Amino acid sequence: MKSEIVIVGAGISGTAIAYNLAIRGMKDIVVVDQGYLTAGSTGRCGAGVRQQWQTMANCTMAKKSIEFFEHAAETLHYDEDIEFKQEGYLILACTAAEVEQFQKNVALQNSLGIPSKVVSKEEALKIVPHLNPDAFISATYCRTDGHLNPFKMTDAYYQAGKKLGVTYLFGERVERIDVEQGRIQRVVTDKRTIETARVVDAAGGYAKEVGELAGVRIPVYAERHEILVTEPIEKMQGPMVMSFSQNLYCQQVPHGAFIMGRTTPNEPHGHDLSSSWQFLDAMAKTVCKFLPKVGELHAIRQWAGSYCMSPDRQPILGPTDQLEGFYLACGFSGHGFMFAPMTGVLLAEMILGLPTTLPVEDLLIDRFKKQTTTVYEKSVV
Amino acid sequence: MHDDHVILCRCEDVTLGDVRRMLAAGYVTVEDLKRQLRIGMGPCQGTTCGLLLQREVASFLKKSPEDVPIAKARPFVVGVTLKAIAEAADEE
Ligand SMILES: Cc1cc2nc3c(=O)[nH]c(=O)nc-3n(C[C@H](O)[C@H](O)[C@H](O)COP(=O)(O)OP(=O)(O)OC[C@H]3O[C@@H](n4cnc5c(N)ncnc54)[C@H](O)[C@@H]3O)c2cc1C
Repeated sequence: MKSEIVIVGAGISGTAIAYNLAIRGMKDIVVVDQGYLTAGSTGRCGAGVRQQWQTMANCTMAKKSIEFFEHAAETLHYDEDIEFKQEGYLILACTAAEVEQFQKNVALQNSLGIPSKVVSKEEALKIVPHLNPDAFISATYCRTDGHLNPFKMTDAYYQAGKKLGVTYLFGERVERIDVEQGRIQRVVTDKRTIETARVVDAAGGYAKEVGELAGVRIPVYAERHEILVTEPIEKMQGPMVMSFSQNLYCQQVPHGAFIMGRTTPNEPHGHDLSSSWQFLDAMAKTVCKFLPKVGELHAIRQWAGSYCMSPDRQPILGPTDQLEGFYLACGFSGHGFMFAPMTGVLLAEMILGLPTTLPVEDLLIDRFKKQTTTVYEKSVV
Repeated sequence: MHDDHVILCRCEDVTLGDVRRMLAAGYVTVEDLKRQLRIGMGPCQGTTCGLLLQREVASFLKKSPEDVPIAKARPFVVGVTLKAIAEAADEE
Protein backbone atom coordinates (compact mmCIF):
# COMPACT_ATOMS: atom_id res chain seq x y z
CA MET A 1 0.00 0.00 0.00
CA LYS A 2 1.20 3.54 -0.83
CA SER A 3 0.15 6.82 0.73
CA GLU A 4 0.98 10.53 0.81
CA ILE A 5 0.75 10.58 4.57
CA VAL A 6 0.05 8.19 7.42
CA ILE A 7 -1.71 9.59 10.48
CA VAL A 8 -1.26 7.47 13.60
CA GLY A 9 -4.36 7.73 15.81
CA ALA A 10 -8.08 8.04 15.07
CA GLY A 11 -9.01 10.27 17.97
CA ILE A 12 -10.35 13.79 17.59
CA SER A 13 -6.88 15.04 16.52
CA GLY A 14 -6.17 12.41 13.85
CA THR A 15 -9.66 12.64 12.34
CA ALA A 16 -9.55 16.47 12.32
CA ILE A 17 -6.11 16.51 10.68
CA ALA A 18 -7.17 13.97 8.03
CA TYR A 19 -10.27 16.00 7.17
CA ASN A 20 -8.36 19.28 6.97
CA LEU A 21 -5.71 17.78 4.68
CA ALA A 22 -8.35 16.20 2.44
CA ILE A 23 -10.46 19.35 2.15
CA ARG A 24 -7.30 21.21 1.05
CA GLY A 25 -6.84 18.71 -1.74
CA MET A 26 -4.42 16.09 -0.41
CA LYS A 27 -5.04 12.57 -1.75
CA ASP A 28 -4.07 9.13 -0.41
CA ILE A 29 -4.38 9.92 3.28
CA VAL A 30 -4.32 6.89 5.58
CA VAL A 31 -5.30 6.97 9.24
CA VAL A 32 -4.26 3.94 11.33
CA ASP A 33 -5.61 3.13 14.79
CA GLN A 34 -4.85 0.11 16.93
CA GLY A 35 -8.37 0.22 18.35
CA TYR A 36 -11.62 1.70 17.06
CA LEU A 37 -12.79 5.29 16.47
CA THR A 38 -12.24 7.26 19.74
CA ALA A 39 -10.48 4.31 21.43
CA GLY A 40 -7.98 6.63 23.12
CA SER A 41 -8.49 9.67 25.34
CA THR A 42 -11.10 11.13 23.00
CA GLY A 43 -13.66 8.46 23.90
CA ARG A 44 -12.84 8.84 27.59
CA CYS A 45 -12.77 12.61 28.02
CA GLY A 46 -15.05 15.15 29.66
CA ALA A 47 -15.45 16.86 26.27
CA GLY A 48 -15.79 20.27 27.84
CA VAL A 49 -14.74 23.20 25.65
CA ARG A 50 -13.64 26.48 27.23
CA GLN A 51 -11.80 29.65 26.34
CA GLN A 52 -10.93 30.70 29.88
CA TRP A 53 -7.21 30.08 29.72
CA GLN A 54 -4.16 31.80 31.06
CA THR A 55 -1.81 31.73 28.05
CA MET A 56 -2.36 33.54 24.78
CA ALA A 57 -1.79 30.40 22.66
CA ASN A 58 -4.37 28.36 24.58
CA CYS A 59 -6.92 31.22 24.55
CA THR A 60 -6.71 31.72 20.78
CA MET A 61 -6.68 27.99 19.95
CA ALA A 62 -9.80 27.53 22.07
CA LYS A 63 -11.62 30.60 20.76
CA LYS A 64 -11.11 29.68 17.10
CA SER A 65 -12.10 26.09 17.84
CA ILE A 66 -15.35 27.16 19.49
CA GLU A 67 -16.16 29.28 16.45
CA PHE A 68 -15.79 26.07 14.42
CA PHE A 69 -17.92 23.97 16.82
CA GLU A 70 -20.74 26.51 16.48
CA HIS A 71 -21.14 25.51 12.81
CA ALA A 72 -19.46 22.10 12.83
CA ALA A 73 -22.47 20.02 11.80
CA GLU A 74 -23.20 22.23 8.75
CA THR A 75 -19.54 22.57 7.78
CA LEU A 76 -18.97 18.82 7.93
CA HIS A 77 -22.43 17.98 6.49
CA TYR A 78 -23.15 15.77 9.48
CA ASP A 79 -26.75 14.60 9.86
CA GLU A 80 -26.63 13.56 13.48
CA ASP A 81 -26.59 15.82 16.53
CA ILE A 82 -23.13 16.71 17.86
CA GLU A 83 -24.91 17.89 21.04
CA PHE A 84 -23.09 21.20 21.35
CA LYS A 85 -24.35 22.73 24.57
CA GLN A 86 -23.13 26.30 24.99
CA GLU A 87 -24.09 27.23 28.54
CA GLY A 88 -20.72 28.33 29.78
CA TYR A 89 -18.06 27.40 32.28
CA LEU A 90 -18.23 28.76 35.80
CA ILE A 91 -14.72 28.70 37.24
CA LEU A 92 -14.65 29.10 41.00
CA ALA A 93 -12.05 31.22 42.77
CA CYS A 94 -11.49 29.54 46.14
CA THR A 95 -8.36 31.32 47.37
CA ALA A 96 -7.24 34.95 47.48
CA ALA A 97 -4.53 34.10 44.97
CA GLU A 98 -7.12 32.75 42.55
CA VAL A 99 -9.30 35.86 42.91
CA GLU A 100 -6.32 37.98 41.90
CA GLN A 101 -5.09 35.68 39.11
CA PHE A 102 -8.56 35.32 37.59
CA GLN A 103 -8.80 39.09 37.17
CA LYS A 104 -5.65 38.98 35.06
CA ASN A 105 -6.93 35.96 33.13
CA VAL A 106 -10.19 37.69 32.28
CA ALA A 107 -8.29 40.82 31.16
CA LEU A 108 -6.18 38.70 28.79
CA GLN A 109 -9.23 36.76 27.55
CA ASN A 110 -11.22 39.96 26.94
CA SER A 111 -8.30 41.48 25.03
CA LEU A 112 -8.53 38.50 22.67
CA GLY A 113 -12.28 38.90 22.22
CA ILE A 114 -13.36 36.15 24.63
CA PRO A 115 -16.56 37.23 26.49
CA SER A 116 -15.56 36.04 29.97
CA LYS A 117 -16.24 38.08 33.11
CA VAL A 118 -15.62 38.08 36.84
CA VAL A 119 -18.81 37.35 38.78
CA SER A 120 -19.53 37.80 42.49
CA LYS A 121 -20.65 34.94 44.70
CA GLU A 122 -24.25 36.14 44.43
CA GLU A 123 -24.12 36.24 40.64
CA ALA A 124 -22.52 32.80 40.54
CA LEU A 125 -25.33 31.42 42.69
CA LYS A 126 -27.86 32.77 40.20
CA ILE A 127 -26.10 30.84 37.44
CA VAL A 128 -25.75 27.61 39.47
CA PRO A 129 -28.17 27.81 42.42
CA HIS A 130 -27.19 24.47 43.98
CA LEU A 131 -23.56 25.54 44.57
CA ASN A 132 -22.46 25.53 48.21
CA PRO A 133 -22.07 29.27 48.95
CA ASP A 134 -19.43 28.61 51.62
CA ALA A 135 -17.13 26.72 49.26
CA PHE A 136 -15.87 29.61 47.08
CA ILE A 137 -15.16 33.34 47.08
CA SER A 138 -16.11 34.49 43.57
CA ALA A 139 -15.96 33.10 40.05
CA THR A 140 -15.41 33.78 36.38
CA TYR A 141 -17.96 32.93 33.74
CA CYS A 142 -17.84 32.68 29.97
CA ARG A 143 -21.22 31.95 28.40
CA THR A 144 -19.86 30.71 25.06
CA ASP A 145 -17.88 27.86 26.63
CA GLY A 146 -19.62 24.49 26.67
CA HIS A 147 -19.63 20.79 25.92
CA LEU A 148 -20.05 18.37 22.98
CA ASN A 149 -20.63 14.68 22.50
CA PRO A 150 -17.06 13.47 21.81
CA PHE A 151 -18.18 10.32 19.96
CA LYS A 152 -20.41 12.26 17.57
CA MET A 153 -17.95 15.12 17.03
CA THR A 154 -15.21 12.64 16.11
CA ASP A 155 -17.63 10.66 13.96
CA ALA A 156 -18.47 13.90 12.11
CA TYR A 157 -14.80 14.45 11.18
CA TYR A 158 -14.41 10.75 10.39
CA GLN A 159 -17.38 10.63 8.03
CA ALA A 160 -16.48 13.94 6.34
CA GLY A 161 -12.93 12.65 5.79
CA LYS A 162 -14.14 9.36 4.38
CA LYS A 163 -16.37 11.19 1.89
CA LEU A 164 -13.26 13.06 0.71
CA GLY A 165 -11.41 9.78 0.22
CA VAL A 166 -9.50 9.32 3.50
CA THR A 167 -8.75 5.64 4.23
CA TYR A 168 -9.18 4.44 7.82
CA LEU A 169 -7.55 1.26 9.11
CA PHE A 170 -8.89 0.16 12.48
CA GLY A 171 -7.60 -2.62 14.72
CA GLU A 172 -4.11 -2.13 13.26
CA ARG A 173 -1.12 -1.24 15.36
CA VAL A 174 1.79 0.78 13.98
CA GLU A 175 4.87 -1.20 14.99
CA ARG A 176 7.66 0.30 12.90
CA ILE A 177 8.45 3.53 11.13
CA ASP A 178 11.43 2.90 8.85
CA VAL A 179 13.83 5.78 8.27
CA GLU A 180 16.69 5.61 5.78
CA GLN A 181 19.15 8.43 5.06
CA GLY A 182 17.12 10.80 7.17
CA ARG A 183 13.89 10.15 5.32
CA ILE A 184 10.79 8.21 6.24
CA GLN A 185 10.37 5.20 3.94
CA ARG A 186 7.45 3.26 5.26
CA VAL A 187 5.13 2.54 8.16
CA VAL A 188 4.75 -1.09 9.16
CA THR A 189 1.66 -2.23 11.05
CA ASP A 190 0.88 -5.68 12.41
CA LYS A 191 -1.10 -6.28 9.21
CA ARG A 192 0.65 -4.45 6.33
CA THR A 193 3.36 -2.15 5.02
CA ILE A 194 2.49 1.37 3.88
CA GLU A 195 5.00 3.23 1.70
CA THR A 196 5.02 6.88 2.75
CA ALA A 197 7.37 9.82 3.25
CA ARG A 198 5.24 11.56 5.86
CA VAL A 199 3.82 10.58 9.25
CA VAL A 200 1.67 12.48 11.74
CA ASP A 201 1.97 11.39 15.36
CA ALA A 202 -1.53 11.88 16.78
CA ALA A 203 -1.26 8.88 19.10
CA GLY A 204 -2.49 10.61 22.28
CA GLY A 205 -1.13 8.88 25.39
CA TYR A 206 1.21 6.86 23.17
CA ALA A 207 2.66 9.84 21.26
CA LYS A 208 6.07 9.42 22.90
CA GLU A 209 6.30 5.75 21.93
CA VAL A 210 5.21 6.43 18.34
CA GLY A 211 7.87 9.16 18.14
CA GLU A 212 10.46 6.66 19.35
CA LEU A 213 9.52 4.29 16.50
CA ALA A 214 10.93 6.95 14.18
CA GLY A 215 13.78 7.97 16.49
CA VAL A 216 12.06 11.26 17.40
CA ARG A 217 12.26 12.35 21.03
CA ILE A 218 9.17 14.15 22.34
CA PRO A 219 9.23 15.58 25.90
CA VAL A 220 5.84 14.22 26.96
CA TYR A 221 4.55 11.54 29.29
CA ALA A 222 1.24 9.75 29.81
CA GLU A 223 -0.69 10.15 33.06
CA ARG A 224 -3.90 8.43 34.09
CA HIS A 225 -6.91 10.66 34.77
CA GLU A 226 -10.12 9.26 36.19
CA ILE A 227 -13.71 10.34 35.67
CA LEU A 228 -17.21 9.11 36.49
CA VAL A 229 -20.79 9.48 35.35
CA THR A 230 -24.10 9.44 37.23
CA GLU A 231 -27.57 8.31 36.33
CA PRO A 232 -29.39 10.87 34.13
CA ILE A 233 -31.88 13.29 35.71
CA GLU A 234 -33.91 16.34 34.58
CA LYS A 235 -31.82 19.35 33.73
CA MET A 236 -30.56 21.19 36.82
CA GLN A 237 -27.16 22.63 35.83
CA GLY A 238 -26.32 24.77 32.80
CA PRO A 239 -22.57 25.40 32.93
CA MET A 240 -19.55 23.28 33.72
CA VAL A 241 -18.45 24.01 37.29
CA MET A 242 -14.70 23.95 37.76
CA SER A 243 -12.08 24.71 40.38
CA PHE A 244 -8.34 24.53 39.78
CA SER A 245 -7.22 24.85 43.41
CA GLN A 246 -9.86 22.46 44.73
CA ASN A 247 -9.35 20.11 41.80
CA LEU A 248 -12.83 19.57 40.36
CA TYR A 249 -14.85 19.71 37.17
CA CYS A 250 -18.50 18.73 37.03
CA GLN A 251 -20.96 19.10 34.17
CA GLN A 252 -24.46 17.92 33.33
CA VAL A 253 -24.61 16.77 29.71
CA PRO A 254 -27.75 17.18 27.56
CA HIS A 255 -28.55 13.50 28.01
CA GLY A 256 -29.08 14.30 31.72
CA ALA A 257 -26.10 12.54 33.32
CA PHE A 258 -23.49 14.37 35.37
CA ILE A 259 -19.88 13.82 34.38
CA MET A 260 -17.15 14.72 36.85
CA GLY A 261 -13.45 14.34 37.30
CA ARG A 262 -10.40 15.45 39.24
CA THR A 263 -6.67 14.85 39.17
CA THR A 264 -5.29 12.24 41.55
CA PRO A 265 -2.14 13.73 43.10
CA ASN A 266 1.18 11.93 42.55
CA GLU A 267 -0.20 9.73 39.80
CA PRO A 268 2.75 7.74 38.38
CA HIS A 269 3.60 8.27 34.70
CA GLY A 270 2.41 5.40 32.52
CA HIS A 271 -0.41 3.68 30.72
CA ASP A 272 -2.41 2.22 33.60
CA LEU A 273 -6.10 2.91 32.92
CA SER A 274 -7.65 0.99 35.80
CA SER A 275 -10.26 2.50 38.14
CA SER A 276 -9.16 3.32 41.70
CA TRP A 277 -11.08 3.67 44.97
CA GLN A 278 -8.79 6.57 45.88
CA PHE A 279 -10.23 8.61 43.02
CA LEU A 280 -13.78 7.59 43.88
CA ASP A 281 -13.47 8.60 47.54
CA ALA A 282 -11.87 11.95 46.76
CA MET A 283 -14.27 12.67 43.90
CA ALA A 284 -17.34 11.88 46.02
CA LYS A 285 -16.10 14.09 48.87
CA THR A 286 -15.24 17.00 46.56
CA VAL A 287 -18.54 17.00 44.71
CA CYS A 288 -20.53 16.66 47.95
CA LYS A 289 -18.72 19.71 49.29
CA PHE A 290 -19.24 21.94 46.23
CA LEU A 291 -22.49 20.60 44.76
CA PRO A 292 -24.27 18.74 47.58
CA LYS A 293 -27.39 18.06 45.47
CA VAL A 294 -25.33 16.30 42.83
CA GLY A 295 -23.99 14.07 45.61
CA GLU A 296 -27.45 12.56 45.97
CA LEU A 297 -27.21 10.96 42.52
CA HIS A 298 -26.13 7.39 41.86
CA ALA A 299 -22.78 7.02 40.18
CA ILE A 300 -23.08 4.33 37.51
CA ARG A 301 -19.67 4.07 35.86
CA GLN A 302 -16.12 5.07 36.59
CA TRP A 303 -13.34 4.94 33.97
CA ALA A 304 -9.97 6.42 33.07
CA GLY A 305 -7.99 7.85 30.17
CA SER A 306 -4.59 9.37 29.48
CA TYR A 307 -3.42 12.94 29.59
CA CYS A 308 -0.41 13.43 27.31
CA MET A 309 1.54 15.96 29.39
CA SER A 310 3.93 18.49 27.86
CA PRO A 311 6.48 20.54 29.85
CA ASP A 312 4.48 23.80 29.65
CA ARG A 313 1.02 22.19 29.49
CA GLN A 314 0.47 23.51 25.97
CA PRO A 315 0.15 21.36 22.85
CA ILE A 316 3.11 20.38 20.69
CA LEU A 317 2.15 20.85 17.05
CA GLY A 318 3.90 20.73 13.68
CA PRO A 319 7.23 19.62 12.22
CA THR A 320 10.47 18.80 14.02
CA ASP A 321 14.07 19.24 12.85
CA GLN A 322 14.75 15.75 14.23
CA LEU A 323 13.18 14.12 11.17
CA GLU A 324 11.89 15.52 7.91
CA GLY A 325 8.31 14.55 7.14
CA PHE A 326 7.44 13.77 10.78
CA TYR A 327 4.72 15.93 12.32
CA LEU A 328 3.51 16.15 15.90
CA ALA A 329 0.02 16.65 17.28
CA CYS A 330 0.34 15.73 20.94
CA GLY A 331 1.08 17.03 24.43
CA PHE A 332 -2.43 18.38 24.87
CA SER A 333 -2.08 17.97 28.64
CA GLY A 334 -5.74 17.16 29.16
CA HIS A 335 -7.38 19.63 26.80
CA GLY A 336 -6.90 18.31 23.29
CA PHE A 337 -10.57 17.78 22.59
CA MET A 338 -11.46 21.47 22.70
CA PHE A 339 -8.44 22.45 20.56
CA ALA A 340 -8.96 19.82 17.86
CA PRO A 341 -10.56 22.03 15.19
CA MET A 342 -7.47 24.28 15.25
CA THR A 343 -5.12 21.32 15.61
CA GLY A 344 -6.59 20.03 12.35
CA VAL A 345 -6.32 23.37 10.55
CA LEU A 346 -2.79 24.22 11.75
CA LEU A 347 -1.36 20.76 11.04
CA ALA A 348 -2.84 20.76 7.54
CA GLU A 349 -1.46 24.24 6.88
CA MET A 350 2.03 23.36 8.15
CA ILE A 351 2.13 20.05 6.26
CA LEU A 352 1.04 21.69 3.01
CA GLY A 353 3.35 24.67 3.45
CA LEU A 354 0.49 27.20 3.65
CA PRO A 355 0.49 30.33 5.81
CA THR A 356 -0.93 29.45 9.24
CA THR A 357 -4.21 30.82 10.56
CA LEU A 358 -2.62 31.44 13.99
CA PRO A 359 0.97 32.09 15.04
CA VAL A 360 2.54 28.69 15.81
CA GLU A 361 5.89 29.61 17.45
CA ASP A 362 4.56 28.87 20.95
CA LEU A 363 3.31 25.47 19.81
CA LEU A 364 6.33 24.08 17.94
CA ILE A 365 8.54 21.51 19.68
CA ASP A 366 11.50 23.88 19.16
CA ARG A 367 10.25 26.10 21.97
CA PHE A 368 11.71 23.64 24.48
CA LYS A 369 15.23 24.24 23.13
CA LYS A 370 15.17 27.76 24.52
CA GLN A 371 15.89 27.81 28.22
CA THR A 372 13.89 31.01 28.55
CA THR A 373 10.40 29.53 28.26
CA THR A 374 8.44 31.32 30.94
CA VAL A 375 4.90 30.83 29.72
CA TYR A 376 3.28 28.04 31.68
CA GLU A 377 -0.40 27.16 31.61
CA LYS A 378 -1.65 26.85 35.19
CA SER A 379 -5.38 26.80 34.53
CA VAL A 380 -5.65 23.02 34.46
CA VAL A 381 -7.37 20.22 36.36
CA MET B 1 -42.08 -7.80 14.75
CA HIS B 2 -40.45 -4.76 13.11
CA ASP B 3 -36.79 -4.21 14.14
CA ASP B 4 -37.60 -0.70 15.33
CA HIS B 5 -40.10 -2.11 17.81
CA VAL B 6 -37.64 -4.46 19.47
CA ILE B 7 -35.85 -2.74 22.33
CA LEU B 8 -32.38 -4.11 23.08
CA CYS B 9 -31.21 -1.53 25.63
CA ARG B 10 -34.05 -0.42 27.86
CA CYS B 11 -31.98 2.09 29.85
CA GLU B 12 -31.05 4.11 26.77
CA ASP B 13 -33.97 3.10 24.53
CA VAL B 14 -31.91 1.53 21.75
CA THR B 15 -33.73 -0.74 19.30
CA LEU B 16 -32.63 -3.67 17.20
CA GLY B 17 -33.25 -1.43 14.18
CA ASP B 18 -30.78 1.18 15.50
CA VAL B 19 -28.14 -1.53 15.96
CA ARG B 20 -28.69 -3.08 12.54
CA ARG B 21 -28.45 0.32 10.79
CA MET B 22 -25.16 1.08 12.57
CA LEU B 23 -23.78 -2.36 11.74
CA ALA B 24 -24.67 -1.79 8.09
CA ALA B 25 -22.92 1.62 8.23
CA GLY B 26 -19.68 -0.11 9.26
CA TYR B 27 -19.64 0.20 13.06
CA VAL B 28 -19.05 -3.47 13.77
CA THR B 29 -17.51 -3.65 17.24
CA VAL B 30 -19.39 -3.56 20.54
CA GLU B 31 -17.23 -0.58 21.60
CA ASP B 32 -18.16 1.37 18.44
CA LEU B 33 -21.88 0.60 18.78
CA LYS B 34 -21.83 1.62 22.41
CA ARG B 35 -20.23 4.97 21.62
CA GLN B 36 -22.47 5.79 18.68
CA LEU B 37 -25.77 4.57 20.16
CA ARG B 38 -25.22 4.72 23.95
CA ILE B 39 -26.26 1.05 24.08
CA GLY B 40 -25.16 -0.34 27.45
CA MET B 41 -24.28 3.08 28.88
CA GLY B 42 -27.31 3.42 31.15
CA PRO B 43 -27.85 2.63 34.83
CA CYS B 44 -27.70 -1.17 34.35
CA GLN B 45 -24.41 -0.88 32.40
CA GLY B 46 -25.26 -3.48 29.78
CA THR B 47 -26.39 -6.17 32.19
CA THR B 48 -29.51 -6.71 30.10
CA CYS B 49 -28.42 -5.84 26.57
CA GLY B 50 -24.74 -6.85 26.64
CA LEU B 51 -25.21 -10.43 25.57
CA LEU B 52 -27.98 -9.59 23.11
CA LEU B 53 -25.70 -7.07 21.45
CA GLN B 54 -22.81 -9.51 21.35
CA ARG B 55 -25.05 -12.06 19.63
CA GLU B 56 -26.29 -9.50 17.13
CA VAL B 57 -22.73 -8.43 16.21
CA ALA B 58 -21.70 -12.09 15.95
CA SER B 59 -24.49 -12.94 13.56
CA PHE B 60 -23.71 -9.85 11.43
CA LEU B 61 -20.02 -10.82 11.23
CA LYS B 62 -20.87 -14.51 10.86
CA LYS B 63 -18.73 -15.29 13.89
CA SER B 64 -19.50 -17.17 17.03
CA PRO B 65 -20.49 -14.91 19.98
CA GLU B 66 -17.46 -15.88 22.08
CA ASP B 67 -15.24 -14.42 19.33
CA VAL B 68 -16.88 -10.99 19.68
CA PRO B 69 -15.27 -8.92 22.46
CA ILE B 70 -17.74 -7.20 24.81
CA ALA B 71 -17.40 -3.79 26.46
CA LYS B 72 -14.90 -3.48 29.29
CA ALA B 73 -16.32 -4.11 32.78
CA ARG B 74 -15.82 -1.11 35.10
CA PRO B 75 -17.21 -0.12 38.47
CA PHE B 76 -20.11 0.00 39.52
CA VAL B 77 -21.97 -3.29 39.75
CA VAL B 78 -24.96 -1.35 41.01
CA GLY B 79 -25.33 2.44 41.23
CA VAL B 80 -24.21 4.00 44.53
CA THR B 81 -24.93 7.57 45.64
CA LEU B 82 -21.87 9.79 45.79
CA LYS B 83 -23.01 10.94 49.22
CA ALA B 84 -22.85 7.38 50.58
CA ILE B 85 -19.33 7.03 49.24
CA ALA B 86 -18.24 10.38 50.69
CA GLU B 87 -19.68 9.48 54.09
CA ALA B 88 -18.03 6.08 54.10
CA ALA B 89 -14.73 7.71 53.12
CA ASP B 90 -15.05 10.18 56.02
CA GLU B 91 -15.45 7.37 58.53
CA GLU B 92 -12.19 5.70 57.53
C1 LIG C 1 -10.63 11.89 32.03
C2 LIG C 1 -10.29 12.86 30.94
C3 LIG C 1 -11.02 14.04 30.81
C4 LIG C 1 -10.72 14.95 29.80
N1 LIG C 1 -11.50 16.07 29.66
C5 LIG C 1 -11.27 16.91 28.63
C6 LIG C 1 -12.13 18.03 28.42
O1 LIG C 1 -13.09 18.26 29.16
N2 LIG C 1 -11.86 18.85 27.37
C7 LIG C 1 -10.80 18.63 26.52
O2 LIG C 1 -10.60 19.40 25.60
N3 LIG C 1 -9.99 17.57 26.69
C8 LIG C 1 -10.20 16.70 27.72
N4 LIG C 1 -9.37 15.63 27.90
C9 LIG C 1 -8.21 15.47 27.02
C10 LIG C 1 -8.62 14.89 25.68
O3 LIG C 1 -9.29 13.67 25.89
C11 LIG C 1 -7.39 14.63 24.81
O4 LIG C 1 -6.50 15.72 24.84
C12 LIG C 1 -7.81 14.39 23.37
O5 LIG C 1 -8.89 13.48 23.30
C13 LIG C 1 -6.63 13.86 22.58
O6 LIG C 1 -7.08 13.40 21.33
P1 LIG C 1 -6.08 12.72 20.36
O7 LIG C 1 -6.83 12.42 19.12
O8 LIG C 1 -4.87 13.58 20.24
O9 LIG C 1 -5.60 11.39 21.10
P2 LIG C 1 -6.44 10.05 21.42
O10 LIG C 1 -7.88 10.28 21.46
O11 LIG C 1 -5.80 9.43 22.61
O12 LIG C 1 -6.16 9.16 20.15
C14 LIG C 1 -4.94 8.50 19.93
C15 LIG C 1 -5.21 7.23 19.19
O13 LIG C 1 -3.96 6.66 18.79
C16 LIG C 1 -4.09 5.27 18.78
N5 LIG C 1 -2.74 4.70 18.86
C17 LIG C 1 -1.81 4.87 19.82
N6 LIG C 1 -0.69 4.20 19.53
C18 LIG C 1 -0.91 3.58 18.34
C19 LIG C 1 -0.12 2.73 17.49
N7 LIG C 1 1.13 2.38 17.80
N8 LIG C 1 -0.67 2.29 16.34
C20 LIG C 1 -1.94 2.63 15.99
N9 LIG C 1 -2.71 3.43 16.75
C21 LIG C 1 -2.21 3.90 17.90
C22 LIG C 1 -4.97 4.97 19.98
O14 LIG C 1 -5.66 3.75 19.81
C23 LIG C 1 -5.92 6.16 20.01
O15 LIG C 1 -7.18 5.89 19.44
C24 LIG C 1 -9.64 14.69 28.91
C25 LIG C 1 -8.92 13.51 29.03
C26 LIG C 1 -9.23 12.59 30.02
C27 LIG C 1 -8.44 11.32 30.11
